[in-house]
Amino acid sequence: MQLVKPEFGLIFWMLVSFGIIFWILKKFAWKPILNMLKEREDFITNALGSAERAKKEMAELQSNNEKLLNEARNQRDIMLKEAREIKDQIVGEAKGAAQKEADKLLKSARENIQSEKNAAIAEMKNQVAALSLEIAEKILKEELSSSDKQKTLVKTLLNDVNLN
Amino acid sequence: MANNYKSFEMFFRRFLLILAFILPTSLLFAGDPDNDTLRAQTPSVEKVEPKSEKFNAGELIIDHISDSHEWHIAGHIAVPLPVILYSSRGLSVFLSSHLEDGTRGFKYEKLKDGSHKMIALGANGVEDEAVTSTVWDLSITKNVLSIFITMALMLWIFLSAAKAYKRSPGVAPKGIQSFVEPMILFVRDDIAKSAIGEKKYARYMPFLLTIFFFIWLSNMLGLIPFLPGGANVTGNIAVAMTLAAIVFIITLFSSNANYWRHILAMPGVPIGVLVLLTPIEIFGMFLKPFVLMIRLFANILAGHIIALSFFSLIFIFAEMSTGVGFGVAIFSVAFTIFMGMLELLVAFLQAYVFTLLAAMYFGSATEEHAHAEHH
Repeated sequence: MQLVKPEFGLIFWMLVSFGIIFWILKKFAWKPILNMLKEREDFITNALGSAERAKKEMAELQSNNEKLLNEARNQRDIMLKEAREIKDQIVGEAKGAAQKEADKLLKSARENIQSEKNAAIAEMKNQVAALSLEIAEKILKEELSSSDKQKTLVKTLLNDVNLN
Repeated sequence: MANNYKSFEMFFRRFLLILAFILPTSLLFAGDPDNDTLRAQTPSVEKVEPKSEKFNAGELIIDHISDSHEWHIAGHIAVPLPVILYSSRGLSVFLSSHLEDGTRGFKYEKLKDGSHKMIALGANGVEDEAVTSTVWDLSITKNVLSIFITMALMLWIFLSAAKAYKRSPGVAPKGIQSFVEPMILFVRDDIAKSAIGEKKYARYMPFLLTIFFFIWLSNMLGLIPFLPGGANVTGNIAVAMTLAAIVFIITLFSSNANYWRHILAMPGVPIGVLVLLTPIEIFGMFLKPFVLMIRLFANILAGHIIALSFFSLIFIFAEMSTGVGFGVAIFSVAFTIFMGMLELLVAFLQAYVFTLLAAMYFGSATEEHAHAEHH
């Protein structure tokens, strides 16, 4: 029976000491410990959340970078292409102009040569004519220096006429 | 993977609960025969008691699991504890060593049924019944001292833990924190949050933590067979009753209209059934803390009885022959070690179950109306 008969003294001391320890622990142990645990949990949750956000931002930034890079690459390609085209055009134009100039020069040179040649030929013709006249004069002078010779000439000339 | 882990946790929790409900009965059944034999033996012993050298297992066990005014250490050595009595003679405070000889006018006498009673002695050395009936025994007994030791231990552990938390906030736990923190989180997440609910659990946390650690530490100290421990605190009905009564009172004070509606007139139940159901519900309201008390008390008591019974076996057989005594000792010690392991589990389990059930009562007392639609 003794085992199931609660003793008053024990109940009394149990209540008193439990009340005291409950009050002390509640005020000085449980409250700060639970608060700290809660704070730490919140801190960790926040930290994890912001890490996640930072990761997402990084990924976004990276994809942005990628996009920018691609754009830049494209632009560069376009610019290069354009530059090449312009270069080709300029080179082509320059070549054309040079050709034209050269042609022009050549043509004028040729014309010059032609006119020089013509002048030379004309000069030569004149000279030849003058020389021929001189020679003919000299020959005539020679041929007609004696009366015999004049007579034979007339004779031959007449013979030629007769033949005709 | 996470799923696996969840289902294992569920399984583990269920396993704990089943153990908690099965163990008390099995231990009690195991403990009962000893109890019967000791009761059968007690009267015959009283006749031969004076100078009997015969080993009496029943008396030894009862002596060890009962509260006492002195702390027995070994052999005939015992530490006397202060006796505090309030009677019509006023307050009397003296050491328990004076109880034996009655020099301070009080004697702790053994009654016929084996229990003890504090009696006041008259001038002629006979009982003064008029004074005896007014005696209130507020002595610092073995159990009271053990409660004080447990509480001092709790103060030391948790105040230093709190200091560590304040000193380095937001840092991973170390030292005493790493011992305390998982248990606190266990009580918070697995007991309070799951039984009371996310919204209201915080109010009950200090109480739940206090009873959980008090019961657990008391149980553990009870397993230590020498001085700081060895007292049968939580296996004492007065302690278990006080704890259960506090739980009951808190339940009543935190109860809302919804709780009372479920007890007095369960919603959605026809009036004819209510006539039957309401008395049962009211009875159940008182039954819950009663069962809470019995479960803790019986479990721990049974654990102590079993350990002592195994040791008593050694001496019972040693009285027959020393050799048999040594032979039995091997098995007894082996069994006691096994029981000790089991008791380590039970010590935690009973603290867990007591706290969990207390939390569930608080939870049902504060439950909101929304739940009523399910009925």
